[in-house]
Amino acid sequence: MSDDDLSRGEKLKAWLGRARYLAEEYYSAPYRGAIARAKRDEDDLFMLMVFSELMGVPNPVGYYTLELQPLMLERFHDWHLRMGMEHSPLDEMRCC
Amino acid sequence: MSAVIILALGLAVMALGYLVYSKLIVEKIFRLDPDFKTPAHEFEDGVDFVPTNRYVLWGHHFTSVAGAAPIVGPAIAVIWGWLPAFLWVVFGTVLFAGVHDTGAVWASVRNKARSVGALTGDVVGKRARSVFMIVIFLLLLMVNAVFAVVIAGLMMKYPSAVVPVWGAIAVALVIGQLIYRRILSLAVVSLLGVVALYALIGIGPSVPVQMPEQVGAMSGNAVWILILFGYAAVASLLPVWMLLQPRDYINGLQLFIGLIILYGALVVFNPTLVAPMVNADVPEGTPSMLPLLFVTIACGAISGFHGLVAGGTTSKQLDKETDARFVGYFGAVGEGMLALGAILAATAGFATYGDWSAMYDAFGKGGVNAFVDGGAYIINNGMGLPETTAATLLTVMAALFAGTTMDTGLRLQRYIFQEWGEIYNQQWMKKPAVATLLAVGTCLVLAFGAGADGSGGLLIWPLFGTTNQLLAGLTLLVVSVMLMRLGRPVWYTLAPLIFLLVMTVLALFTQLKSFYEAENYFLLGLDIVVLIASILVAMECAATLKRLRQEKAEQVG
Repeated sequence: MSDDDLSRGEKLKAWLGRARYLAEEYYSAPYRGAIARAKRDEDDLFMLMVFSELMGVPNPVGYYTLELQPLMLERFHDWHLRMGMEHSPLDEMRCC
Repeated sequence: MSAVIILALGLAVMALGYLVYSKLIVEKIFRLDPDFKTPAHEFEDGVDFVPTNRYVLWGHHFTSVAGAAPIVGPAIAVIWGWLPAFLWVVFGTVLFAGVHDTGAVWASVRNKARSVGALTGDVVGKRARSVFMIVIFLLLLMVNAVFAVVIAGLMMKYPSAVVPVWGAIAVALVIGQLIYRRILSLAVVSLLGVVALYALIGIGPSVPVQMPEQVGAMSGNAVWILILFGYAAVASLLPVWMLLQPRDYINGLQLFIGLIILYGALVVFNPTLVAPMVNADVPEGTPSMLPLLFVTIACGAISGFHGLVAGGTTSKQLDKETDARFVGYFGAVGEGMLALGAILAATAGFATYGDWSAMYDAFGKGGVNAFVDGGAYIINNGMGLPETTAATLLTVMAALFAGTTMDTGLRLQRYIFQEWGEIYNQQWMKKPAVATLLAVGTCLVLAFGAGADGSGGLLIWPLFGTTNQLLAGLTLLVVSVMLMRLGRPVWYTLAPLIFLLVMTVLALFTQLKSFYEAENYFLLGLDIVVLIASILVAMECAATLKRLRQEKAEQVG
């Protein structure tokens, strides 16, 4: 379909879509790298934990997980509610 | 002389530069190839290497390089008259900056998007690389110290800007959350952010916050500088999405709106330039125009800082090699336009010559204050906005720009310390908090080294210019060596390089004499460090060119 076949409304919609795309890119382009890198680091850590668990290697970040507990508590609570458990299933992690 | 004629002339030359000269440069010298696989495609990883739309990349490049310098430099340099500053900004942009920025992008793209520092090591030699590291550290140190002084001075002089400047941080924090948590769409958030920012500018004059002249044993200025460094330290440690990303974004929108308002008001009001064309009656203590003009206006004419951005992030996102012309050259033109606006505000924004010369009664006194006062006068007459509101608008524009550059500068300086920790295996130095403290500490030493009022940053402003020009010289050296190896014409980059080095070394000698006479041993020491670095760069240029010529002669023989 050529440009002439598009109605004025469709043209406007396409133009707005393009403007939105450019604005979003303009917002994220300068920091895309930094944010993607932070996310990749998080994924790497997760992978390391999963594989070390699988291979029976002592968890290298075990020491730090104790520090993370207060930060994780809220997310853990949301998780067990989502999973249909009214209370925490783990004795070590009593959030409610 | 009518300001609109000067504006039209300046814009016309820059447009010609982009349409004609840049075309010649990219076709004859850089020979940009649309089929070349850029590093953004070759190493595409969704993290650092991402092919990006050229308009978006231009926006990123332009807002990253535009700090307070294209405003402060020209607004100081008009003390020698408007014509020298105008000519240097216009022709400096067309013949120097555009070629430098496009060349830096091209050189990096052709070398796996490596940084200019890394390229210096490969192309020129290890020694040149060490000089590069020293120059870059000094430059960041100066940027942070100078900008802190500029913002503190603005807040002392325009208390109406305090609420909008700090309020902008709160606006950025809120819009960052709104976008990150996907509560509202970007378009709505952008609109809300801009409206909130301008609302703050509107209410700023009715709630002025004046820091007392003296707080305990410190001056009000010094207290602001300490607060600013405290803020920058926290900002550089926060995740980028929380503050820096939304702050830079809203700032970019604000720059475009601010420039449109200033240019629009200029066209409607059509003021006359009250400053002399060439000022024969400069205040006592003003240094000689030659060579100081060429280092006082660094950003806006040519700036080494652009090379850092070009080889740092821009080259990793270039979609097609031919985009280097639009992103690099037009990025320099954008900065030139900002500098042109600053010149016109600082020379046409006064009712009489008497008002102008009262502002410029000593070297370095005009600066950003002249931009704000002059610009406010023009906006008031052109758009009918109350003068205090217009002054607040321009102050916020200048302060926000200096602020975001300071955030980034401190973050980069922190990385340098962390890198040194890595190289010398010092675990403690690798910790972000420690590295940040070291970065802030060195800046504070510089700011307060020359006196308890913390204005050491502004005193070293001419040294910032020389250091920045040295960096530009190093980048031009890398580009020239690459061109010479390819057997292409080198004069388009070599001539600016020689000119820059000669002016920088001359300026450093002039300042050396004045610092010695004023018995300012702190600045004298700093001047000597930069002087040694420039002489090393000059020697490195001579040695490299000689070596290349010999290599060529051997090949022919």
